[in-house]
Amino acid sequence: MNLLDWLVLIGSIVGIAAYGTWRTRRTNSLNTYLKGNHNTGWMTIGLSVMATQASTITYLSLPGQAYENGIAFIQNYFGLPLALILVCAVFLPIYRKLGVYTAYEYLGRRFDAKTRLLGATLFLLQRGLQAGITIYAPAIILSTVLGWRLDLTILFTGLMVIVYTVTGGSAAVNLTQRWQMAVIFGGMVTALVVLLTKLPDGALSIAGALGKLTAVDFTPDLRQRYTFWSGLFGGFFLSLSYFGTDQTQVQRYIGGAALREGRLGLMFNAVFKIPMQFCIVMLGALLFVFYQFEPNTPVFFNQTQWLHQKAGPEGGRLQAIEEKHRLILADKRLKIQAWMAARQGTEPSVEASSKTAMLAAQRASDAVRKEARDTLRAIDPKAKTKDSDYVFITFILTQLPHGVIGLLIAVMFASALSSKAGELNALGTTSTIDIWRHFRPLAAQDEARNVHNAKWFTALWGCFAIGFALFVSFAENLIEALNIVASIFYPALLGVFVVAFFLKKVGGSAVFSAALASQTLVLVLFFTGKIYPAHEIGYLWLNPIGCATCVVFSLIFQAFIGHSDDSEKAPIGSSV
Amino acid sequence: MKPPSALRSPDDPPDVPGFRTWRGIYQFVFAFFVLCVLALVVIERLFA
Repeated sequence: MNLLDWLVLIGSIVGIAAYGTWRTRRTNSLNTYLKGNHNTGWMTIGLSVMATQASTITYLSLPGQAYENGIAFIQNYFGLPLALILVCAVFLPIYRKLGVYTAYEYLGRRFDAKTRLLGATLFLLQRGLQAGITIYAPAIILSTVLGWRLDLTILFTGLMVIVYTVTGGSAAVNLTQRWQMAVIFGGMVTALVVLLTKLPDGALSIAGALGKLTAVDFTPDLRQRYTFWSGLFGGFFLSLSYFGTDQTQVQRYIGGAALREGRLGLMFNAVFKIPMQFCIVMLGALLFVFYQFEPNTPVFFNQTQWLHQKAGPEGGRLQAIEEKHRLILADKRLKIQAWMAARQGTEPSVEASSKTAMLAAQRASDAVRKEARDTLRAIDPKAKTKDSDYVFITFILTQLPHGVIGLLIAVMFASALSSKAGELNALGTTSTIDIWRHFRPLAAQDEARNVHNAKWFTALWGCFAIGFALFVSFAENLIEALNIVASIFYPALLGVFVVAFFLKKVGGSAVFSAALASQTLVLVLFFTGKIYPAHEIGYLWLNPIGCATCVVFSLIFQAFIGHSDDSEKAPIGSSV
Repeated sequence: MKPPSALRSPDDPPDVPGFRTWRGIYQFVFAFFVLCVLALVVIERLFA
């Protein structure tokens, strides 16, 4: 990074934060702080929902995921448009009609106080853990990029987000997300254009032949993580949870000027999410092609860690692996070129044999990368050997022109800022409305005190996220870690909402017990899979299983318990 | 004269050119999703 990069980086970040803070400097109403400005239009809502969904992990981890495993991850989003249609048609009108601050307030009105508390607790638990992951990701990557200590970047990012969120609230988040999205798109398009100029002819064919463009897999195998079926069904339930029951999302669209604005904002996401994610995974697949022809392709992309170990007593082993990788890569490059030449010819057998040779070279290349990871782990058992999150950042720092590097680093900060702000804001809101106000009902009318408490809770959750990020490390790919945490805690919560909306005869006690039972089942399934990997099912399937069992258990328990209505208000329309 | 947008009921038209009802918008979103999946299958077959 040179002076120009630093100027662009600091200018973008300070500009975004200052604008949001200045525009919302007099936010003192609970309604505005928690729900955002009621004049918010559909485009702002749509971008806000998209920005809250797409964190820094999306822009860094997703290309790396595609680099490693191809674009099959796109199937994860197949259920999303269908889920958003259901949220628009059912969930949103009810939230708007009741004028609730949080989604869990609805559970209190429909069922009872304990179900509302359970819903809020599941959300807080799940989002609190996710906040620790989302803050950890940009911090560890930026520490590598900028050479700063990891704990310092975690503190720097975390404190900046706390100040930004606490001083502005939802309105600030919404206002600046429009600009953050502009920066993000500008940066991503620039990176894509630069990458395209550096690719060889037939790049897509090379990616396809090496298995990176396998997008849709119709195999009906529950153990496979990403298939058309797991994406459609598991992804549908996961998206329904994210957009229909997660306060970070609900808060974005209940704050609109009218029902129409929220609906159009969500439909905007339903249309653009898959194409947007497709562009990001394609970027990863094309990065893979680019690195087949780049002479200095690293064997391990987390170069800070690699170089640190290489300077140590075991450096000779790593140097030998580097040399081996260089030779294998050169051989693979020749095999790819031979296959490309054979495709121009008329002899199918020549093409087939050259393709076989190219695939064998690819396997050799994968093997040497695995050897590098295993060696790093042998040298330092605590080493993070998942380097796919570092692929895109390596490209940015080594291939893009100065100025653009600063812009893209700014994109990551902006994305982290908006995602974290949305998360912390929702955590603060839910803690105030669903937990604190429940135990202090007399304080409900004191708006200034509510805002004051919401800000304190927001700061508290920010500190929790910083603490979690400082003391916990993750074995999974970061983008998958987020979805796995969601798939563990969301299904029971979604089941409660499904019962609330569609099964009006089921009461609070039945659904409460059912949610606990289905949550236990999901935990048992998940940990059984970890202990006995042969029986592990793809995590997306936990979503329909958990939701369905919650609904079925509710009906069974209701038949035994009988109806007892102790809802916080008169029963509300569950027939929609 | 149209009522203010905040006072409209869920069944009010979406005020989007080309769409008279919300059902029409949902159908468009669904059709677009099917198109996306088909496009992905085509891309995969084309470059496999």
